[in-house]
Order: sequence, then C-alpha cells, then structure tokens
Amino acid sequence: MTTTSLTSSQGAGRAGDKVFSGAALAAGCLILAVLFGVALFLVIQAIPAFTAPAADIQGGEGFFAYIWPIVIGTLIAAIIALAIATPVSIGVALFISHFAPRGLASGLGYVIDLLAAIPSVVYGAWGAAFLAPQISPAYGWLAANMGWLPIFQGPASATGKTILTAGIVLSVMVIPIITSLSREIFLQTPKLHEEAALALGATRWEMIKMSVLSFARPGIISAVMLGLGRALGETMAVALVLSSGALTASLIQSGNQTIAAEIALNFPEASGLKVSTLIAAGLVLFVITLAVNMIARWIISRHKEFSGAN
Amino acid sequence: MSKRIDVKDLNVYYGNFLAVEDVSINIEAKSVTAFIGPSGCGKSTFLRTLNRMHEVLPGARVEGEVLLDGDNLYGPGVDPVTVRSQIGMVFQRPNPFPTMSIRDNVLAGVKLNNQKISKGEADALVERSLRGANLWNEVKDRLEKPGSGLSGGQQQRLCIARAIAVEPQVILMDEPCSALDPISTLAVEDLINELKDQYTVVIVTHNMQQAARVSDKTAFFNIAGTGKPGKLIEFAETSTIFNNPSQKATEDYVSGRFG
Repeated sequence: MTTTSLTSSQGAGRAGDKVFSGAALAAGCLILAVLFGVALFLVIQAIPAFTAPAADIQGGEGFFAYIWPIVIGTLIAAIIALAIATPVSIGVALFISHFAPRGLASGLGYVIDLLAAIPSVVYGAWGAAFLAPQISPAYGWLAANMGWLPIFQGPASATGKTILTAGIVLSVMVIPIITSLSREIFLQTPKLHEEAALALGATRWEMIKMSVLSFARPGIISAVMLGLGRALGETMAVALVLSSGALTASLIQSGNQTIAAEIALNFPEASGLKVSTLIAAGLVLFVITLAVNMIARWIISRHKEFSGAN
Repeated sequence: MSKRIDVKDLNVYYGNFLAVEDVSINIEAKSVTAFIGPSGCGKSTFLRTLNRMHEVLPGARVEGEVLLDGDNLYGPGVDPVTVRSQIGMVFQRPNPFPTMSIRDNVLAGVKLNNQKISKGEADALVERSLRGANLWNEVKDRLEKPGSGLSGGQQQRLCIARAIAVEPQVILMDEPCSALDPISTLAVEDLINELKDQYTVVIVTHNMQQAARVSDKTAFFNIAGTGKPGKLIEFAETSTIFNNPSQKATEDYVSGRFG
C-alpha cells in the first residue's frame, strides 16, 4: 500500500499548468509590447512634424492646419459608413437569427461572411469603376432639389467620386463585420427571455425589442466599434474611390480626404519632414481610434448592472 | 376577472409525433388546478397549449378546442398575442428581463402594444402588482435596481407580479418552484393560495406534496412508454386523487410506487 503525502507534487499535471499559464502570460505581454512599440515608433517619428517651423509643413501653415481637415474628412466618411451600415446590418442579422427559414438563414449567413473576405482593393475598384458613375445622376438630383442643405450643395461631381460614394463603399465593407457579430449575439439571447416576452402578449417585433435587442445592446455597440475601426482605417477603397481635395461641407462634390488615404497616396514619394508629417497623421488616427474605443467601453460599462451578466 | 377553460378532445403533435392524446378537461374559474405526472408525460406541453405558447416550439401544433369562457383559442382569426395577454404564464426558471429594473419588469407587459400609462398610474400598478406577489416590502426601496439582482425566489415572485400586472384571466405556472429552495417555495405557494381569489390558476408540478397543498383539483397525466403519447388518466378533486383514486395507475403514482 502506498500513501501519497500531501506535500509531494504530481509532476506532469503541474508542469502542464505552468506551461499553459506561462504561454498565456507571454501572449498577453506580447500584445502589450507590440502596441507600446507601435505607439513609441509613431511618437518618435512624428516629433519632427510637431516641432518644425509652420512654414515647412505641407500647406505652409503648420501641422494643425494640415491635419484637421483630413481628420474631419475621416470622421465624415466613417459616420456615413456607420449611418448606413448599422441599421442594415442589424436588420440583416435579425432576419437571419429570427425571421428567415433555417435553410435560407444559413445560406445568407454564409454569403455575408464571404463579403468580408473580399479584398478592400476590389471594393475600391468596384466603387470607382461602377458605383461612382451609376450614382452621379442621383447626386445631380440631390443638388437640384435639396441643394439648400449645405451637405448637398451643388454643383454635384460629374464623376461621382465624392466622400458620399466613399462612405457608401465603406458601409458595404463594414456590413459583414457588424452583421456576423450581431447575428451571433442575437442567437445567444436566452430562450427564457424570449418566452417571457411572448407570454406577456408581445408580438414578434415587441419580443425582439424587449428581449433580443436589449440583451444584445453591449454586443451591438462592440460590433459597431469594430466596424468603425475598419471604416476609420480603410485606405485602399477610399484612395481609389475618392477624388480628394480641400475640406468641403458638401458630400456630393469632389473634395475632402481621409487620413489613411492621405498617408497611402503620399507616402511612396515622401522624404524627410514629409515622412514625419504623415506619421504624425498616423498617430492622430491611432489616438482617434483609441478614444472611440474608450468611449464605447464607457457606454457599455455604464449599463453593466443591467447587462444580464450578473 | 377570471374565466374558466374547457378543453375538448385536444391532440398535440410535434411534427408527426403525437405527444399528447385526446385530452378533455374542465378547469373552473377562481380555482387552482394542478397537473401531475412523470417526466415526459406531456403535462408541460399540454399547459403551453392553453395559451398557445407551444407555437414557439418548432413543429408543434394542436387539434381540438380550448374554450376560454366559450371562446375557442384556436378559432379562425384568433391572434395568439391576444390569447397570451389574457392567459399569463410563469416559467420553470425565473426569467425577469435582465436589462430592466424591477419596476420596468413589472410594467413590461403593460407597456406592450403601445399602451400609454401615466407615471402615477404606473406607480400604483407597480405597487399593487408587487403587493399581489408578496414582494413589495422586500423591493420597495430598490425598484430601480435590476431584477436579476434578486434571489431566485424573489425573481420568481417578480415574474408572477409581471404576469398579474396585465390583469389576465388565467395564470399558467410551469413548475414554478422547481428551481427554488423550500422557503421560497413556501412563499410562492402562499401566493398561489391568494391568487385564486382573483384568478384561475393552473400549475404543473413534479412535487406531489405541492399539488396536495395548493390545488383544488388535480389532473394526473401518464405515458404508456417511450414514444407513446401522454394521456390524461384521471381528473378529480385533489383529495380524491390522493386518497381515493379510481385508477390503478394514479394510485401507484401518488403512493410512490413509480415515478
């Protein structure tokens, strides 16, 4: 008969524990190190742009005057993209999770996932070669009939290569991300809560409002933020679709520019201070993305008590 | 504010599978009726057909009639949404809406169908419903806190308050105490006794003592074997079912010889 002393450790299982926790720790540290490294690189490389005399920066009026129009342009494109993509995505996701017959739902889900796999340059080419010329008559109509609104002020671009077109292309690229994440969350709504709503005499739509959407709210916000991340950072599609220029309020004239496209278009021929300026622009984009994500986290945590996780 | 239910020759199917066969039963208004029987005998399925909640389950359908004071729930043009607002339901596991406060949970059903309700009326209704569910004193100081922060027994009484807030004719309860501890169970049973002054209550339970404690009449369901349909074996006064049943199967079940 053998007795096992409490102090002697069983070698193999313990070693597995250590390896696993070590690997998890290393992975966690690695991501922090990479993030820190990128941030450090951006800051160091960008410093010359902040300290240089204003006249040396592109445009001749200093870094701030250079960056703020393209920050606004970036935000306009991203807001257009999300304004279109969010309702469409939630609608499609709800259709797949709660309305479509099972066969159609899985097929549709598959197609949506495929949309996410198309390279952004293809979207850009589609937007520039197909969508822009098709949509320019609509811009003409908007300019003629709603031109009193500053955002639809004419003359409309004849080529259709405007920030609105870029936003529409971006929304198509963002839809698969928001849709597939939302769909997963909608499917996780506990049956219990759906039945609770139905048993109170809720119609299908009321049940969805009451149990599905409110349960999925934090998840939808996260999904939209991931979509926003793509919309803010998307380069190729915007570079191909948008005929860029100075900041303008009208969405249907050529003009405006986004940070990512600005960097992509100018980086190959840049040197010296110009490189620093572009990297500083990248730093600004980095900060915007960070800020947006923190705001989203704050919104979610404000309702933590009511999240259903407790 | 309570109606009787008469069921005539009801069959329940899942797809082609006959789950419950040929049930006819008359449930009196303002009484507590208990359904007992072994697992899988179709009593929960049958309960769900009384407010058309079985339609949520894929492939489920019924043949026959369920009359609420003479109106057939399955008649042409009857909207299941209307049926469910008249016949409320409390589930096996407490399911308050986690994203809503206690107050909003109680008002959830009332605010459906775009009904407008003033703040004063809403406050009065919340208090009345929570008092009706014996929960008011425990939660009156934290009405704006999430319902999911309550204990299991309190959550279940919150669900009952939510059900009675819409002033239904009938309340169906599907094993409402099976996830609760004995103290909470007692609180819910006391509540059921009070509810029958105003409502028709139908309760499914696995606990025969519970059926004996709370119900006026008891229905015993049984199943001949796996894959066979569940049937209503005997329906009588609760004391008769437990003391002097007419069917051998009922006697075997209530005396603990099987099940």
